[in-house]
Amino acid sequence: MSPTEPSKAATSALLGALRSMAVRWGLGVGLVALWQVLAMRAGSIFFPPPTEIAKRAVELWLSGPPSRLFLSDGVFQDILPSLLRLLAGWSLAVACGIALGTAIGRSRRISELLDPSLQFLRAIPGPALVPVFILLLGTESTMRIALIAFGSIWPVLLNTIEGTRTVDPVQLDTAASFRLPRGALLWRIVLPAAMPKIFAGMRISLALAVILMVVSELVASTNGIGYRIQNAQIMFLLTDMWCGIVLLAVIGYTLNRLFLTIEDRALNWHRGARGRSAA
Amino acid sequence: MSDTLEFAAPSLPSPASGGGKGGGSAAWGRTASALRVALGVVAFFLILELITSLGLVPAIYLPRASTVVERMAELMVDPKFLKQILATLEAWAVGLALATLISVPIGILIGTSEPAYKMSSPVIEFMRPIPSVALIPLAILLWGQGFSMKVILVAYAAAWPILFNTVYGVHDVDPIAVETARCFGLKRRSMLWRICLPSAAPLIFTGIRISASIGLIVVIGSELLASTDSGIGSYILFVSLNGGHMDSVLAGAAIAGIVGVLINWLLGLIDRRLFAWRYLGATAR
Amino acid sequence: MLSVAELAYSYSSEKPVLANVTFAVVAGEIVSIVGPSGCGKTTLLKILAGLLRPIKGDVRFQGEIVRGVPAGLAMVFQEYSRSLLPWTTVTGNVELPLRYKKLDRPARARLVSDSLEAVGLSGFGQYYPWQLSGGMQQRVAIARALAYQPKLLLMDEPFASVDAQTRADLEDLVAAVRDRFGITIVFITHDIDEAVYLSDRVVVLSTSPTTVIDVITTELPRPRDQIATKALPTFVEKRSAIARLIRRRNADSLQHPAPRE
Repeated sequence: MSPTEPSKAATSALLGALRSMAVRWGLGVGLVALWQVLAMRAGSIFFPPPTEIAKRAVELWLSGPPSRLFLSDGVFQDILPSLLRLLAGWSLAVACGIALGTAIGRSRRISELLDPSLQFLRAIPGPALVPVFILLLGTESTMRIALIAFGSIWPVLLNTIEGTRTVDPVQLDTAASFRLPRGALLWRIVLPAAMPKIFAGMRISLALAVILMVVSELVASTNGIGYRIQNAQIMFLLTDMWCGIVLLAVIGYTLNRLFLTIEDRALNWHRGARGRSAA
Repeated sequence: MSDTLEFAAPSLPSPASGGGKGGGSAAWGRTASALRVALGVVAFFLILELITSLGLVPAIYLPRASTVVERMAELMVDPKFLKQILATLEAWAVGLALATLISVPIGILIGTSEPAYKMSSPVIEFMRPIPSVALIPLAILLWGQGFSMKVILVAYAAAWPILFNTVYGVHDVDPIAVETARCFGLKRRSMLWRICLPSAAPLIFTGIRISASIGLIVVIGSELLASTDSGIGSYILFVSLNGGHMDSVLAGAAIAGIVGVLINWLLGLIDRRLFAWRYLGATAR
Repeated sequence: MLSVAELAYSYSSEKPVLANVTFAVVAGEIVSIVGPSGCGKTTLLKILAGLLRPIKGDVRFQGEIVRGVPAGLAMVFQEYSRSLLPWTTVTGNVELPLRYKKLDRPARARLVSDSLEAVGLSGFGQYYPWQLSGGMQQRVAIARALAYQPKLLLMDEPFASVDAQTRADLEDLVAAVRDRFGITIVFITHDIDEAVYLSDRVVVLSTSPTTVIDVITTELPRPRDQIATKALPTFVEKRSAIARLIRRRNADSLQHPAPRE
């Protein structure tokens, strides 16, 4: 390659990357800019301009000492506890959901027997159970983690049941013909085969867990992101409220992306196999 | 992009397949199925009754299952409570209809235009995870604590799954179908009506089903958390604040669950009626 | 090696599939089973493997009645893409059944590489099954069965989903495998040519309720060749005989007059 060619290739690669970034973020940035312009012109207190929101967010959360990465107290008082409760509740839901779901899914009779009851339990709106949980478990973190876990277990549980129930019969026959022992059947055939559905269930559970985390903090709580949003509403601090909403959007989006990356890796084979059969 | 699709997979017991067992005639299969459902429900109730009768937790905190069922029966014949159910369903239905009317056309526009598709995907990805509960405080400020607030929240929450599924359904039509249509000289508009929409319809309906469940949760949640003046959620809140009658609280929550199950079941029936062609091959082995 | 006595099976009380199937397989033979569509060939193979229990009659493998899958038996299925596990590599797939056979790692590795070499897939261990063509996937399935070192290999229409050219190669592979390892092979096919070409004997089944119409010895010399063997008059004679048997039984069951020959 002559000296000019590598730099030409680099330039066009750079342009390509910029173009795809523009496409990706263009609409979003455009909408935010529109909001900014409209807010500065019409000035409704309910929709403060994005610049105000950003400024307040920095004040609230990024004005701490350098030793703590500039994070302010608010982060440690509200954001961190919320996130920890979220993760604790969700992990509990995932662990129990996969374990129970596998046990139920192995037996067609049991899964058919339990199906209507599980559908019923899953349909109970999480918020409707808040009073129950408060009365049973008080108003501390235990109640919140329990609510998050109880509410978000259903997608994982039901998808795991579905996934372990619908293993390809040819794969089951193959395992039987090679006399694979029970443990091998479970760990090397049933669970890997059910992985795509289990992951899908986990992802929905995650979104549900975020919702329940907020719900659990809107009632009788003293800290947390939800609490702060509600507090801001009561005190009519609209910019603060919007900071909370944007923060939730960022958290939800980031968690989802993180999960997708992990799922991508783990389910590499599934995409390959599916692409093959579609071809 | 498959999470919404997986979630709505109807949880049907699979028909009796090979493996040594004889499969009976269809009518017996259906009766057996119904019996199994009934048996499951009864078994579930019995287990609950057993647990709650053990007295692990005082009855004021966790009453016996039979007490709750009694209370449920009382509520279901109480005209005041029935009014609450109606109020909840009203807000839910209007919000869902609104979401459908907005999301389906926009979804079709986005799905059929490649540049629009590329540009809106990231935005939709970002907006989707915003929990509508987080917007309750804002909604209260903007629209008070009444009917309109509930409807707008439901519409907001329900719009995303429908939009998502519409875009995906219209965008990812089977390319062979499209090629075949083009060979027959179909123009762009007929292509839309005759190929894309019928092919996308099941997916769009799945999106509506998902939104129906989410919408119900959002409406009851907003009733509870925003202390509105009507609805199942407001009933639960009222009862729990005034003396904490656990049997009523649990009865209210259970009825909410049953409403959800009924709606899902109904929509499932409609799904299988309208889109029977989609399921015909599924049970064949 | 294998003896089948008066086997009967039905999926429901009204519709018997197998009525009375009796035949035997000698060690080291290649026996094929042919019959019209829907006569229960796959069901029969599953019963031979111990995956299904017959309603009447029994199967004896090396003298013992088959109750559940016996040791020393391996199966190759028609749907190779569904039988191979997509989440693990070719090596992982071939090795999986060996893990529960009380072998140490080097022994397993040797078996895997030997069987991959026997099917002509030596360099493909690290690929995933779905990255390979249909014919190669079926070879992996055969390698997996071979590595298991079975005495009896059961194959269910193994080449039905493969194109004609690949099928010819795979047929010759099966013959070579029998010669090299001395395994007994029972395979099901709807292709009469394939049955006559590959086997020592052909079991011809009727339509359901299925019985054995006849067992035909192919009497063709070995080693066989795709072109030369199929041109022999014995080949033509045997395949026509079998075709006639099936057609006549077909016609009988459809209650049409048998066509003039």
